[in-house]
Amino acid sequence: MSESSPISRRNALKGLLSGAAGAAALPAIAAPNQTEPAPPVHPSRFVFHDPDFMQPLKFPWEKLLSAEEMATTQALADLILPKDETSPAASEVGVPDFINEWVSADYPAHQEDREVIRGGIGWLNTESFKRFSKRFEELGVDQQSQIADDICDAAKAKPEHLVGAVFFKRFRQLCVGGYYSHSQTWKSLGYVGNISVGGPYPGVLPEVIEKLGLQDVV
Amino acid sequence: MPVLTERKTQPQYDVIVVGSGAGGGMAAMILALNGVKVLMIEAGRNYEPVKETPMFNTPEMAPLRGAPTPDRPFGFYDSNIGGWQVPGEPYTNKQGTEGDFWWWRARMLGGRTNHWGRISLRFGEFDFKPKSRDGLGVDWPMNYADMAPWYDRVEQLIGVYGENDGIANAPNSSPGVLMPPPKPRVGELLAKKAGRKLGVPVVAAHRAVLSQPMDWKNLPKVLFPNNPKAQEILGKDMMSRAACFWATNCIRGCSIRANFQSTTVLLPPALATGNLDIITDAMVREVVLDESGKATGVHYIDKVTRRDAIAKARVVILAASTCETSRILLNSKSRDKGGLANSSGQVGRNLMDSVGTRLAAHIPAMEDLPPMNEDGAGGLHSYVPWWLVNDHAKLGFARGYHIEMGGGRQMPEVKSFGYLDATSPGVYGRKLKEEASRFYGAQFSFSGRGEMIPNKDCYSELDPNVVDQWGIPVLRFHWKWSDHEIKQAEHMQQTFAAMLEGMGGKAKPLSGADAIQRPGEIIHEVGTARMGDKAAESVTNQYCQTWDVKNLFLMDGSVLPSNPDKNPTLTILALAWRSSEWLMEEMKRGNI
Repeated sequence: MSESSPISRRNALKGLLSGAAGAAALPAIAAPNQTEPAPPVHPSRFVFHDPDFMQPLKFPWEKLLSAEEMATTQALADLILPKDETSPAASEVGVPDFINEWVSADYPAHQEDREVIRGGIGWLNTESFKRFSKRFEELGVDQQSQIADDICDAAKAKPEHLVGAVFFKRFRQLCVGGYYSHSQTWKSLGYVGNISVGGPYPGVLPEVIEKLGLQDVV
Repeated sequence: MPVLTERKTQPQYDVIVVGSGAGGGMAAMILALNGVKVLMIEAGRNYEPVKETPMFNTPEMAPLRGAPTPDRPFGFYDSNIGGWQVPGEPYTNKQGTEGDFWWWRARMLGGRTNHWGRISLRFGEFDFKPKSRDGLGVDWPMNYADMAPWYDRVEQLIGVYGENDGIANAPNSSPGVLMPPPKPRVGELLAKKAGRKLGVPVVAAHRAVLSQPMDWKNLPKVLFPNNPKAQEILGKDMMSRAACFWATNCIRGCSIRANFQSTTVLLPPALATGNLDIITDAMVREVVLDESGKATGVHYIDKVTRRDAIAKARVVILAASTCETSRILLNSKSRDKGGLANSSGQVGRNLMDSVGTRLAAHIPAMEDLPPMNEDGAGGLHSYVPWWLVNDHAKLGFARGYHIEMGGGRQMPEVKSFGYLDATSPGVYGRKLKEEASRFYGAQFSFSGRGEMIPNKDCYSELDPNVVDQWGIPVLRFHWKWSDHEIKQAEHMQQTFAAMLEGMGGKAKPLSGADAIQRPGEIIHEVGTARMGDKAAESVTNQYCQTWDVKNLFLMDGSVLPSNPDKNPTLTILALAWRSSEWLMEEMKRGNI
């Protein structure tokens, strides 16, 4: 983790503890009858175990997808969630970078996803190369869609497309999750919370009460 | 108000409180407001919710868009530091256990009160006398009438919204005690309508969230008559707590102090008295005794320096959380080899969690509604109290459950869109966005929280082979559900399915054995040092005083003789207040 903030006691302590002389440099503290100031926070704070929400939060691991893999990821993400009049394309709200974080995280479930996504990106480019002699991201939308149509529904996919279909399902889940977890998409989705409201909670809109016939339970 | 933690101790205190959550926070505040000199020792780090809470942070500001991870199982912005695994602090499960117990720890000032659901339900008259009613488990050494005034006081002190419904075993609060509940969300109204046909009462939830400003002029006089200093401190503190502004999930913590956390409600006034010192990052190893068997203090490890230290006091209160408190007792030296205050042999036994299951469905009536702010009070507005309390003979299981509910237009998260796999297979492009919008907010779920009956197969003991990174022997768990819990879980699933279908959804209920969540997963573990009216069968009396050591008290979930379906925090608060008042009387009388 980088430490760009001003030198606080926390950071000073952290520096001390990471050095070989750290233990010796710390004041003797906490024995009864002694008075010393407290270290305000835990001296080592792994971002996922004990995040410091007052600092910019950085992804703590190396991101593993290569530039080529990221180009394919972006192309497929924008095919699945393209820009339109009311909402941005997937790549405009950081979905490819989110997917890179997701498959790079050092947890077992993410390692499984890493195999599915990396293998799938490879499969997609092989299929693209077989059909059009180009990588997936170099194809036009029509050609990309021809491949996507064959793998977008695992229940209907031909046996030779099943690997692609398993990949597409998981990729679409991550794509949608990354897309709508960005606050820039919330208006188009219809999420209007996360703002403070004064007075009593307003409750359900009258037209909704009427539409759903809820008058007798309000 | 700053919650500052100076790393200092005096040579001698009146009372040491181990733990800073619901029980420890309440005990420390009541004692400090009455002039008692208190040292609080907390195993986790200092934590300042007013400064540290990520109230309006959005998912894209967090790694992995804030999704849950093994390090932060409730999502990145959950306030809790700790969880079911704490680095360097393992626990084990004993061979032969029918399912591993998951032990959840909070390692921060305020403990798990920073994280909890704020659901605040009183135990009822039947809950205090379960054995008298059905022959199972044990009775409490007091009854509901003894506890009712303390529930009133706690609800007034912390601020609880809800309504009096007059439902059997779901007690009313005294008039004027509860704050008005927020209006239900659309899914909750649909549930209420479905419940009417099924005889399932959907009523206002009781939660420790301020739905309006506190009555800071009058409440302190009501709560602390004849104590002008306490009135002044509490008046100022209540005035500075804001009402809920209907945004953000309570498990992030609350920087405006609208909901109850020990760190926002109990510790600031306690510190304002000048009678409380707090040491954080200090892990208690054992209670220290003199030759006569009286407690003289505690032995703890300073986690920062890894130095051992001893703090001394006239009275020791353990409120370290259910399993940690019994661990300290088992690790404490005593003439009895079974651990301190354990002449009954009950320390570590009778471990209970709540029975939990969940079922969700897509509700077509909730599709395509106009956008509405459904953040609300950061948790449920409605719930179902156990409505079949007189029907257990027919049901085939002895104890009940309440139903929690949620869904609708909550803040979108990475995992909020799983429904598209079912609603929209094969769809991508513009149409996928249309379907995501159409179906967003149309998911609704019910969760049950049921009473488990204590049994001989559910316990914790010291693992003879394993110590944590501080050299302290760790706990080893053993677990087995009885048929009562499995059948109750099955009944939950059938009820939830009927409710979801009544709302127009399609639900697939699971069997009880498949649906029941892991032991420890509901994080309502209680019972490992139960109270009772006989020293031979219990660890403490009704005032949380251990039978064996008169100046040792246990003020957390460990003392609960049963685990009613109602979440335990409100009762832990009420017990700690009542017991602290009794402790002060005993000190004045010279008995301690």
